[in-house]
Amino acid sequence: MTIIDTRTPHRKSFIAGATGDWEIIIGMEVHAQVTSESKLFSGSSTEFGRPANSNVSFVDAAMPGMLPVINEECVRQAVRTGLGLKAQINKRSIFDRKNYFYPDLPQGYQISQYLDPIVGEGRVLLDMGEETIEIGIERLHLEQDAGKSIHDQHPNMSFVDLNRSGVALMEIVSKPDLRSADEAKAYLSKLRTILRYLGTCDGNMEQGSMRADVNVSVRRPGGAFGTRCEIKNVNSVRFAGQAIEYEARRQIDILEDGGTIDQETRLFDPKLGETRSMRSKEEAHDYRYFPDPDLLPLEFDDAFIAKLAEGLPELPDEKKARFIAEYGVTAYDAMVLTLDRAGADFYEAMAKGRDGKLAANWFINEFSARLNKEGMDVTQSPVSAEQLGGIVDLIGKGDISGKIGKDLFEIVWAEGGDPAEIVEARGMKQVTDLGAIETVVDEIIAANPDQVAKVKDKPSMIGWFVGQVMKASGGKANPQAVNEILKSKLGI
Amino acid sequence: MSVDAATVKKIARLARIRITDDEVAGYESELNAMLGFVEQLNEVDVDGVEPMTSVTPMVLRRREDVVTDGGYPEKIVANAPLSEDNFFMVPKVVE
Repeated sequence: MTIIDTRTPHRKSFIAGATGDWEIIIGMEVHAQVTSESKLFSGSSTEFGRPANSNVSFVDAAMPGMLPVINEECVRQAVRTGLGLKAQINKRSIFDRKNYFYPDLPQGYQISQYLDPIVGEGRVLLDMGEETIEIGIERLHLEQDAGKSIHDQHPNMSFVDLNRSGVALMEIVSKPDLRSADEAKAYLSKLRTILRYLGTCDGNMEQGSMRADVNVSVRRPGGAFGTRCEIKNVNSVRFAGQAIEYEARRQIDILEDGGTIDQETRLFDPKLGETRSMRSKEEAHDYRYFPDPDLLPLEFDDAFIAKLAEGLPELPDEKKARFIAEYGVTAYDAMVLTLDRAGADFYEAMAKGRDGKLAANWFINEFSARLNKEGMDVTQSPVSAEQLGGIVDLIGKGDISGKIGKDLFEIVWAEGGDPAEIVEARGMKQVTDLGAIETVVDEIIAANPDQVAKVKDKPSMIGWFVGQVMKASGGKANPQAVNEILKSKLGI
Repeated sequence: MSVDAATVKKIARLARIRITDDEVAGYESELNAMLGFVEQLNEVDVDGVEPMTSVTPMVLRRREDVVTDGGYPEKIVANAPLSEDNFFMVPKVVE
């Protein structure tokens, strides 16, 4: 494959070495487990965490004479994902056998797609601060997952569970367009967001539903591509970043000492924060692909694609653009609001017909922060979109201050109820009655002649008076009004 | 196209077939005879001809996404030389 460099070398992503700057080149292969009830070529369940070998049919165990029959929903999911990646959908694709021996692969080959994948070139957009960068997708293909080996149950035997064997995976291959660990992390996160919006993969990296193989090489900025190493099975966004930074540094050190990089497969050890060579994988690289004689080419027509396109949800990039246009939020806030679909729906329900910016502030700074603290997601929130919207309404109208709003939020979170009624019943309404505020101000001034004398020389002391008035009013006085009245009464 | 002794050994290794050094020469000539036979097909001009995937006009059969199989772990491991708690047991494979 001829690699085309689509990016302009950028100083901020360079790594300094002893002999000058280096640039990291990263490409990723992400294995995403297709969300489906049953496996890619058999009728056994894909449910996670079942007892050993209970989600296994004779097809998955590769018993003689068993034949694969493709799961139509897995095909749909792959096409949906392709559409979400703005990619070319191939109406004819071919399943091949990728041959290798391993105890968790009973067939002795993995059914995969080689030269004719179901999805071709596409793209993913990443928000990197002010800049939006485009990362090319090379292809997406369908393949079978392998089983799972457990090594810690016995001193000299491994245990094999085939529950995962035959579960459908989408391998999503990026072009080598990523130039830093941060971009690689952003890519993984964005890809996960897109898959979750589409509902084609749950994106759960801890359970292994999404894993990344990361290809890393280094070069002089803008120079010829270097030799790459592949870091296998990275199972978190954070680890991907650590693995890339370690691996780039390792390669730079070797090159600067006059050495050369061996193209090899490496493993990231999260405990040590290092990558190390996986020698045993070396000779396995001769996969001898050939078309699987058990399966005809996978073919569908434009109507099949069009029907799936019709059912596609609004995707994060489109939603983000719409939020900016409709609710007047900043690009950054829009990105945060659209990180997951449930959150975006919640925001939209609370922001509709209200001040979108104020709603966004509340959603991001109070509500999301509180959810994070409790380890909850938006669907588990005790506060509904209507309730949060109600709080925003009260602040927007000037009935309560932002500070009282936070107290109100705590009450609604803990006790529930209608925000407007709570404010009324508990006398939390902001005092905007100027007469009432004036009375309090007068009392404070009369009671503190020393401070009044001082504030004439030192106007910043007004803050002390504001504090006293707020305290006396139980935090309910309108701070702006308090400031103005104080200034005129104190003559500053 | 032809294979040499080293290639024969490599193919055997990849297929996990044990062959002795004495056998290599025999396989080498057998494989080369087969390759020579297949080579004749290269004389046919197949430019613009789609590879044939089926002799009858068939389409790939598809399945609905429903769970219809599995749930018999004892049967799955029934022929395993060693098993425990319905896991297959194999000589340790770990780095």
